[in-house]
Amino acid sequence: MTATLEVRNLRTHFFTRAGVVKAVDDVSFSVERGQVLGLVGESGSGKSVTGFSIIGLIDPPGRLAGGSILYQGRDLAKLDERDMRHLRGNRIAMIFQDPMMTLNPVLRIDTQMIEAVQAHIKTSKAEARTRARDALGMVGIPSPEERLNSYPHQFSGGMRQRVAIAIALLHNPDLLIADEPTTALDVTIQAQILAEVQKLATDHGTALLWITHDLSVIAGLADRIAVMYAGRVVETGEAADVLDRPAHPYTHGLIGSVPSRNKRGDRLAQIPGMTPSLLSLPAGCAFRGRCAHASTACEQEPPVAEPTAGHAVRCFHPIQGAPA
Amino acid sequence: MSEPIIELRNVSKRFGPTYDAAARLTREIASRFGRTPKSETVHAVDNVDLTVSRGEVVGLVGESGCGKSTLGRMVAGIMPPSDGQILFKGRDIASLPPDAVKDAKLKVQMIFQDPYASLNPRLRVAEIVGEAPRVHGMIPNGQFDSYLDGQLRRAGLDPAFKRRYPHQFSGGQRQRIGIARALAVQPEFLVCDEAVAALDVSIQAQILNLFMDLRRDLNLTYLFISHDLGVVEHLSDRVLIMYLGRIVESAPSEEIFGHPNHPYTQALLSEVPRIEARKRRFTAIKGEIPSPMAPPAGCHFHPRCPHAMPRCGIEAPALREIAPGHKSACHLNG
Ligand SMILES: Nc1ncnc2c1ncn2[C@@H]1O[C@H](COP(=O)(O)OP(=O)(O)OP(=O)(O)O)[C@@H](O)[C@H]1O
Ligand SMILES: Nc1ncnc2c1ncn2[C@@H]1O[C@H](COP(=O)(O)OP(=O)(O)OP(=O)(O)O)[C@@H](O)[C@H]1O
Ligand code: SF4
Ligand code: SF4
Ligand SMILES: [Mg+2]
Ligand SMILES: [Mg+2]
Repeated sequence: MTATLEVRNLRTHFFTRAGVVKAVDDVSFSVERGQVLGLVGESGSGKSVTGFSIIGLIDPPGRLAGGSILYQGRDLAKLDERDMRHLRGNRIAMIFQDPMMTLNPVLRIDTQMIEAVQAHIKTSKAEARTRARDALGMVGIPSPEERLNSYPHQFSGGMRQRVAIAIALLHNPDLLIADEPTTALDVTIQAQILAEVQKLATDHGTALLWITHDLSVIAGLADRIAVMYAGRVVETGEAADVLDRPAHPYTHGLIGSVPSRNKRGDRLAQIPGMTPSLLSLPAGCAFRGRCAHASTACEQEPPVAEPTAGHAVRCFHPIQGAPA
Repeated sequence: MSEPIIELRNVSKRFGPTYDAAARLTREIASRFGRTPKSETVHAVDNVDLTVSRGEVVGLVGESGCGKSTLGRMVAGIMPPSDGQILFKGRDIASLPPDAVKDAKLKVQMIFQDPYASLNPRLRVAEIVGEAPRVHGMIPNGQFDSYLDGQLRRAGLDPAFKRRYPHQFSGGQRQRIGIARALAVQPEFLVCDEAVAALDVSIQAQILNLFMDLRRDLNLTYLFISHDLGVVEHLSDRVLIMYLGRIVESAPSEEIFGHPNHPYTQALLSEVPRIEARKRRFTAIKGEIPSPMAPPAGCHFHPRCPHAMPRCGIEAPALREIAPGHKSACHLNG
């Protein structure tokens, strides 16, 4: 069976005046029908740019510099803008990290949602409004009828995020890319949204690419996890493998920084050093300057090792079987 | 206890509806036919009392839409209350002369929940972070660049990117621009509204460690709004739980997490996802989420409360002390 999404050797670079920013550099992964792939990683490591690349929203000076993006076997990178527009928002939807990328600040919520409904199905305005109202209710917005008359700035941060989620879910997409969709939500409403998307995955077979910093959400939601660092995927595997037996030193340090693993009021564990500049990445492993396991070997490009079947790590000295 | 830096007395905030011409007409017609159109006033914050002492870290937690950012904006002096008084170092902000208001506004900084909307897209990072401290004479002559670079580095940003515009950064990098901007003017009080939500846990740890250092070294005070209960527990001395515009529980951090009293707090804590869990089923909300446009009578939580009694739908419980320093608003306490 073809995977719903297969990304192969994707490169997305920004050609800025200061130099080439290799935001996504040789990234590969796939998501099967009904599956959830959690994409985690350092802030600035290229997660959102990966998402934008898939739905074809990279603006100059950025562009795809290589690789392919197969959606149900078709290469999206080769699709013309008309076909892409037909898929986007309909079969492939994205919840943006910033809800204002979905919402127009000067239009009322009902105007925007009705338009989103009618963009892909022929229906009356009244019927579209009813759908919009139900979608708001589904994401836990009370008084949805009255709230349809509001403008985005009259909503709380989490409510704006939920409107963007409701719009992304309107047409039961086959592929949903969710970029930090629940960061602005409390645990109760978060659970409501997660229950809805789980339903979508089981009932409809939607494949989910779930980008987040929230490792406890990923732990409960994802089948597989991919970890990004400085434009590359450095580790992939079953959720349990990556979280319980992280093999890459970056993943290991990341999981060790979760506050609940630290004593109250104490200084929190953090990975030493700073993110390397994407403009001047050192040769070899990009994590080198911060890694306690680094050796001179790491000045070369690290190979991909497989500690166990289906668990891949890009490192010369993977950590073995150790919990973080 | 050290001196209070911020005091809120009976503070409320209501947002009236804004109707466009068509909506006004519909409402007029409806009322002419004897139907009273539904009230669309949002009761965002309802009668809140709050005192924050110098050097304290107060966590503020509650459901999405319950009024946390609105409360935070009022504390930061960005939004006036509909009712009640806000005192900064013992003086009512509304009665201060203009230059004292300016000073207070500089001393109380806010890190906004929505980093992108709060950054001017036409300004470079150097201007966003460096302009205010320069204008207010906080930077010695000739040291602008070293001051700016230091502020950026402290927030985990590469100074090499200071000539860039906000849209050229990732979500978490933008959030750190907001953090650097707020800290650059050397505030005494920081309102952090989901200030670390867009950061991976390692960079988040770096920022939280910075916050704790600033508190130790400069006695900085924080109102820390967050949905991440792990972070709130780690950082806060005291935690406030808000539900539909009201503070329903307030206690020292260990008390809230160790002995939650209010049924809403208990429900909230039981749902925290754990990193140890694998592939679980998430549960949808049972019952209806009440609306701040029509808050339920009595205790706002009664439609969802497993312990609700007849009295709960009629009489609003007062926020009362149930143990030293621990307050809760629930009829179960007598
Ligand atoms: N328009 C642009 N021009 C130059 N560089 C850019 C541009 N957009 C993004 N970048 C850079 O590309 C890198 C990847 O950005 P991306 O938004 O994908 O990060 P991310 O992993 O989503 O991070 P976060 O978790 O903070 O949202 C970042 O270092 C960012 O600074
Ligand atoms: N400018 C405004 N005009 C009208 N209503 C508003 C405005 N700002 C906030 N509200 C309303 O006030 C209520 C509280 O909003 P607020 O932003 O304070 O919530 P919050 O607790 O911060 O939620 P979240 O966790 O989602 O950020 C919401 O019902 C919101 O719709
Ligand atoms: S390749 Fe070397 S430097 Fe990179 S993570 Fe592995 S051990 Fe560390
Ligand atoms: S007052 Fe009544 S409804 Fe409200 S929390 Fe207490 S028991 Fe529940
Ligand atoms: Mg991002
Ligand atoms: Mg808010």
